[in-house]
Amino acid sequence: MQKYSIFSLVKNALSNHETWDLAWKDPTPKKEYDVVIIGGGGHGLATAYYLAKEHNITNVAIIEKGWIGGGNVGRNTTIIRSNYMYDENALFSEFGMNLWRKMSQDLNYNVMFSPRGIINLAHSDAQMNVYARRGNSMRLNGIDAVLLNREQVREIIPMADFSENVRFPIFGGLMQPSAGTARHDAVAWGYARQADSMGVDIIQNCEVTGFDVSGGKIKGLRTSRGDIKVKKIGLCVAGSTNILAEKLNMTLPIETHLLQACVSEPVKPVLDRVVTFGAGHFYISQSDKGEMVMGGDLDGYNSYAQRGNLPTLQHVLTEGIAMMPFLSKLKMLRTWGGIMDMSMDGSPIIDKTHIEGLYLNCGWCYGGFKATPASGWTFAHTIAQDRVHELNAGYSLNRFNTGHLLDEKGLGTKTWIS
Amino acid sequence: MLHIKCPHCGMRSQNEFSYGGDATVKRPALNKDVSDQDWNNFIYNRKSLRGKHWELWQHLSGCRQWIKVERDTATHEIFKTLKANEEIS
Repeated sequence: MQKYSIFSLVKNALSNHETWDLAWKDPTPKKEYDVVIIGGGGHGLATAYYLAKEHNITNVAIIEKGWIGGGNVGRNTTIIRSNYMYDENALFSEFGMNLWRKMSQDLNYNVMFSPRGIINLAHSDAQMNVYARRGNSMRLNGIDAVLLNREQVREIIPMADFSENVRFPIFGGLMQPSAGTARHDAVAWGYARQADSMGVDIIQNCEVTGFDVSGGKIKGLRTSRGDIKVKKIGLCVAGSTNILAEKLNMTLPIETHLLQACVSEPVKPVLDRVVTFGAGHFYISQSDKGEMVMGGDLDGYNSYAQRGNLPTLQHVLTEGIAMMPFLSKLKMLRTWGGIMDMSMDGSPIIDKTHIEGLYLNCGWCYGGFKATPASGWTFAHTIAQDRVHELNAGYSLNRFNTGHLLDEKGLGTKTWIS
Repeated sequence: MLHIKCPHCGMRSQNEFSYGGDATVKRPALNKDVSDQDWNNFIYNRKSLRGKHWELWQHLSGCRQWIKVERDTATHEIFKTLKANEEIS
């Protein structure tokens, strides 16, 4: 594989950039693999990469119905954070933060990781208390957290609405300075390129149509490009989890819902942090191109549509304008939607299943992007070793039977509210 | 925007309704032994169908009645609406 560097850039500039190697191949599926990962999104690609890198398992295929990076990894608002209260979520996410920090070097691909900090705004005394508690929990787990008062927030984001007599005055906020953003497409492509170079077959435009299970064991799978014999399958398909689970006669604590995001026209640099509104659900950052990248609530009803409806977008942007009134002057450039695998407690599932050789990675709700490296790393471990790692032990499927839920927001099972 | 035909009030905009989830989920019968699996299926496990999906909505800003709606989760086409006490045929 050609290493990307200033020298390769100069060399290829001299040949008009016409002789770059392909970043990954387009192989025909083989008849047999040791491991097949279904789903060529961020998590699937990262899983294949860590299977090869950490566990030396390279007879691996990624089967993707569309094209790699065409789902949620290319549709999110690129926020990376580990500001969780529960130990399981905090330790898992912080492990991921450490992978993010060295990802560009590790993958030899610039993922433009920008640890610009995230501020969760608080709009009441009670919310400040909740954030103080969460910040303390984070610090006990070695994650940086700073509780900001109103004046400290004003210094960092003076464009927010600090006028008197507003419906949701800013009391302060909780900041994780090490949180940030990354270029989402580059994450998918970086993992794909490295996985491919270590021998992983990335098979696109290939739909899984069925599974071959006998004696409680995975034997193979049927695809639109032929049958494949395989001992281990990792299911990594986010919003399509239930569709494939049905083919396996499994019913999961997952519902598929739609989340929208949007960007404004590009403007000059105005916002150098990620900011979230505390009296509703709205988050915003500014991309390197200058667009304001925004998102918020789910559309609120089961959906596989991958495109949104206007009432929710209007509601979300109303929150944004309440927080930062200057947004009302901006024109909307693009809106889009992705389908989320909403779990019943808001936390993911990375686990073995009752079928030997079938492994499950789902339930990311709308926090999947930031988890990409940690999810891939722990899922690869779970598949390779046939046992969960301590980092994903809390993300068991069985917790819904035993009652060990990880309901970080305390919202219960109404997935469309969370 | 969805337009939902409330069986009590007629065609109204989605903004008047709030969502209530899968309408085919049945609570296990009262005063009978319930296996853990049946209870988990009721509380947590969902088919989350792609395609035709019977679901509950409440006409919150209208007659406040709960209704059943058959909607396609991929196209958002609405086929049929029923009162809450009408059985899905």
